[in-house]
Formats: sequence, structure tokens, C-alpha cells
Amino acid sequence: MHNQEEEKIFLDKIDKEIKIEPKDWMPEQYRKTLIRQISQHAHSEIVGMLPEANWITRAPSLRRKATLIAKVQDEAGHGLYLYSAAETMNISRDEMIEQLHSGKAKYSSIFNYPTLSWADMGAIGWLVDGAAIMNQVPLCRCSYGPYARAMIRICKEESFHQRQGFEILLTLSKGSEAQKQMAQDSINRWWWPSIMMFGPNDDASPHSKQSMAWKIKRFSNDELRQKFIDVCAEQVKILGLTLPDEKLKWNEERKHYDFGEINWEEFWNVVNGNGPCNKERLAARVKAHEDGAWVREAAAAHAKKNPRPLKGRLATV
Amino acid sequence: MNELINYTLQLADNSLILGHRNSEWTGHGPILEQDIAISNIVLDLIGQARNFYQYAAVLINNSTNQQFNQSTTEDTLAYLRNENEFKNCLLVEQPNGDWAKTILRQFFFSAYQFYLYQHLQNSNDETIAAIAEKSLKEVTYHLRWSSEWIIRLGDGTEESNSRMQKAIDDLWMYTDEFFEASSYELFAANEGFGAGVSLLKKDWMKKVKDVFDEATLSVPAELKQQIKWFGKEGKHSEHLGYILTEMQFLQREYPNSIW
Ligand SMILES: [Fe+2]
Ligand SMILES: [Fe+2]
Repeated sequence: MHNQEEEKIFLDKIDKEIKIEPKDWMPEQYRKTLIRQISQHAHSEIVGMLPEANWITRAPSLRRKATLIAKVQDEAGHGLYLYSAAETMNISRDEMIEQLHSGKAKYSSIFNYPTLSWADMGAIGWLVDGAAIMNQVPLCRCSYGPYARAMIRICKEESFHQRQGFEILLTLSKGSEAQKQMAQDSINRWWWPSIMMFGPNDDASPHSKQSMAWKIKRFSNDELRQKFIDVCAEQVKILGLTLPDEKLKWNEERKHYDFGEINWEEFWNVVNGNGPCNKERLAARVKAHEDGAWVREAAAAHAKKNPRPLKGRLATV
Repeated sequence: MNELINYTLQLADNSLILGHRNSEWTGHGPILEQDIAISNIVLDLIGQARNFYQYAAVLINNSTNQQFNQSTTEDTLAYLRNENEFKNCLLVEQPNGDWAKTILRQFFFSAYQFYLYQHLQNSNDETIAAIAEKSLKEVTYHLRWSSEWIIRLGDGTEESNSRMQKAIDDLWMYTDEFFEASSYELFAANEGFGAGVSLLKKDWMKKVKDVFDEATLSVPAELKQQIKWFGKEGKHSEHLGYILTEMQFLQREYPNSIW
């Protein structure tokens, strides 16, 4: 029997900015919303490894190769933290992965775009990680404790990724004409999908209002998008490059940049599975999982036969 | 001098090419935790390669023998040498195959590297000694990690055991190359900056045997390569050409660019 007493305690905590912890009572819808959001976020980290992993073997210098691998590896770590955070709400990683593979759970649509040049490693860092940070910094204050704590660790690394990405573009922008063009072309392709990462306009965003009330979300999609555009419109000047939006213009009255109309048809198309790489991305995850099945079975069988962990017994090495 | 350069390049090439191969797993590992683990190993290997390339570049740039271009860097060495200039052993360029094959390749190489670097710590070349000493901590971990996986897979399920055994059948023939010295390795051992590779064989075989025993895998008969076809002398398998084509494409396509 869920009584009003418990609901009152819950809302009181939300009100006083006291974190909700796994053992606390919470409304079923709060739990569902968070599972949906955290697992979607975890899946995005994991699927998000693919477009960048695509350039690891072609990275143009040893230093770039190492930092790119480290970055993709960070994303795997983010996925791990987030799966663990979601697991505190009584759902297993296996279940979540199953939902990803069946298409029931979504991941960020941005990763359904292809990485076509080295400059994309820069544009993804600058714009995609950049947009992610905009979204995620407020999540460090999310009312659910485990999620908020995971986000604090993640945000530190994401801002490093963003600087790294910007630095890749900066190097290209100071390079040869061909490199400069490579950078501009990449920004042209990633800009619009990046600003779509904030989700639909506020009036078309079904879950937002309740999430704001529960302090899962702190700012609306449009607020965050505007903030991101304002920052990027300035940063792109340092690169000596441009954002592909003719309507982008400082509005002295609003103290914000005005910008052009977002192509929501494209957005919904990609969300619904028709982006350039939806099939490839999901297929790559499913393949890794299926190819790994015998490995996981073997590890489990061995652990069952040998309850003592291997580490101690091989200490002589 | 040339021998020292070649010797250093060989150490670098082995680490780079194995790191490159392993990095093909990043994002595609069988378990998220192991995706991270193998990427860690990649980072160590690339770090080793960079240290050795940087040293080779110094040697080359200081060399009065001007058969090499001036202003050599770690990147010109990695990205602008041709197949026949690469000195890595054939094992490290072999395709990843399944997780069993990748693990076994890592295990064979890490065990070799473990005993090699123990010797190189005492190299009379200070830089080689210092890099070996620093890398040995990493290699020790790689060896432990890969040994544990050999045991898990060997003594896991029937399927994992037979996949391991298949991997052994595929890769065993490449291990002999470790212990057959090239001309610059012989020179290096005589001069005291390198290790006598044939002397590493006993320890390596014992290690392999111990781990295989625990993994319930059978150790193949010792194999002597009938034809001397050695990567360390620049004679590679067909695989290396594809690795380099992919790896070097940007540097070749946009020469003299800064990345
Ligand atoms: Fe991330
Ligand atoms: Fe990131």
C-alpha cells in the first residue's frame, strides 16, 4: 500500500534538494522515467563508440591515435557507470542491452550519422560532446542520487573530450587548404544534427514537464539549445570557419543568437530508424554481443568450476 | 649505429602493429569491461612504440650516416615507411580472428616481451634499458590478463576449448620467429644493447606450458620453421600491406601536413 505519507516524504525531499536514493520510496512513474532516461543515456555512450572507433585505425599521428582510443574507451566507461546507476532501480544490464538490441530502447540519434573524414573526430568532440555537456551538467544536480553522481564523473571527462575535439579542428583550420576544407565540411554535416540533440521544441516534448517538476531535468530543451548555439557561434570564429546557418545572427534585444528553422522531419526520420547509419550501428552492437556470447559463457562456466578468482592463483606472473 | 636503429625500430614496430590490430576491437569487444581492458593494452603498446620511435628518430637525426632523411619523427617512422622497412614479427600482424585468437596472440607476444624486456632492462644502452624497465610493469599486466583468459577459455566450455585449440593451430607456427635472431639482433646481443633471443626460448616455453596445462590445452610439438620467412627482416605476410594502407592513408594523401 503506497500511502500519501510516503509520497509526501518523496516530494519533500525533491523540494529540499535532498537526493533520492535507491532504497527510498519513489513513484512508479519516476522510476520508469529514470530507467528510460539512464538506459538510453548508457546506450548512447556505447553506440557512440562506433562512429569514432571507425577512425582509430586511420588516425593521422600516433598521438592522435592514442587520444582517440582513450576517448572511445572513456565512453565505454561512461556506459558502465550509467548501466550501474540504472541497475540500482532493479533492472539488469542484460535486460537493458536486450531492449537496445530489440529496438525497444533508443539511443541518441546523433550516432546514426556517418564519420566521413578525420575532421569528424574534431567536430564530434566539439559539437557532439559539447551538446552532451550542455545537457549533462544540469544532470549533475538531478534528484536521483546515483544518476547525479555518475554524471559528475562523466562531465569531467566530457569537457576534456570537447577541448580535444576543438583542438583537432583548430589544427586543421591552421593547416593546408585541403585540411581547412575538411574541417568546414565536417562542421557543415554535424552542426544541425548536433543542435537536434537537445530534442524537440518544448511544446512538442511530452515528458519534459513532469521531469522538470521532479528535478530530473533543470532546463528545457529550447533553453539548452539556445545556450549551446550562443557558445558555438562565438567559438567557431576562433576556428575561422562558419556554422552552416544563414539566419544565424546576434539579436541585441534578446541577447541571444537567432537561428534558422530546424528540419524536424529529418529529426523524426532518424529517430524512427531511417538515418544514414541506424541499421549499421545497431547491427554492429548486435554482432559484438552475439560474437561474444561464447566468451561470456566460457567465463561463466570457468568461474563456476573455479570459485577462487584467477588473480590470486596467477600471482607468480 | 644502423644495427641500433634497426633494433630500436623492431621493438617499436612490434608494439605498434600489435596495438593497431588490438585496436580493431575497440567498440566491438565481447564484454564491455574487456573492451576497456584490451583498449588499455592498446594504449600501453602504442606508448611503448612511441618511446622507441622517438629514440630511433633521435638516433637517425644524429647519425652522420645520411642514408635517412633528416628531421625524422615518430610519425615519419610509423607513417612513411614501406612494408619491407617494417621489422615486426609475423605474429603481431595476423588478423584478430575471434576472441580466442586475439587472446592467444597477445599471450604469445606478452610472454616473449616479458622475458625480452627483463633482459633489456640491463641493456648497456641507457634509453633502451629505461624504456624496457618502464614498460615491464605494463607487460607484466598484459601477460597476466592474457594468461587468465587462456585459462578461462581453455577450461571454460567445450566450444571455448576447441576455439582455443584452433587458435593454437593457427598461430603456433609464428612463434619460432621470436627466437631466431636477425643480423641486427645478433649484433645487438654481442654489443650488449640487445638480448640473445635464442636464450629466451626456455623461459617462454615453460610459461606457455604452465598456462596451457592449467587451461587444459595441449602444447604442440616444437616447431622449426622450415623456410626462413621473417617479418623482422622485412619479409611479411600479405596482411601488413593492408594494415599500413589503412594506417598511413592520411599521411600519404596529405603529405607534409600537421595533424
Ligand atoms: Fe560520454
Ligand atoms: Fe565524450
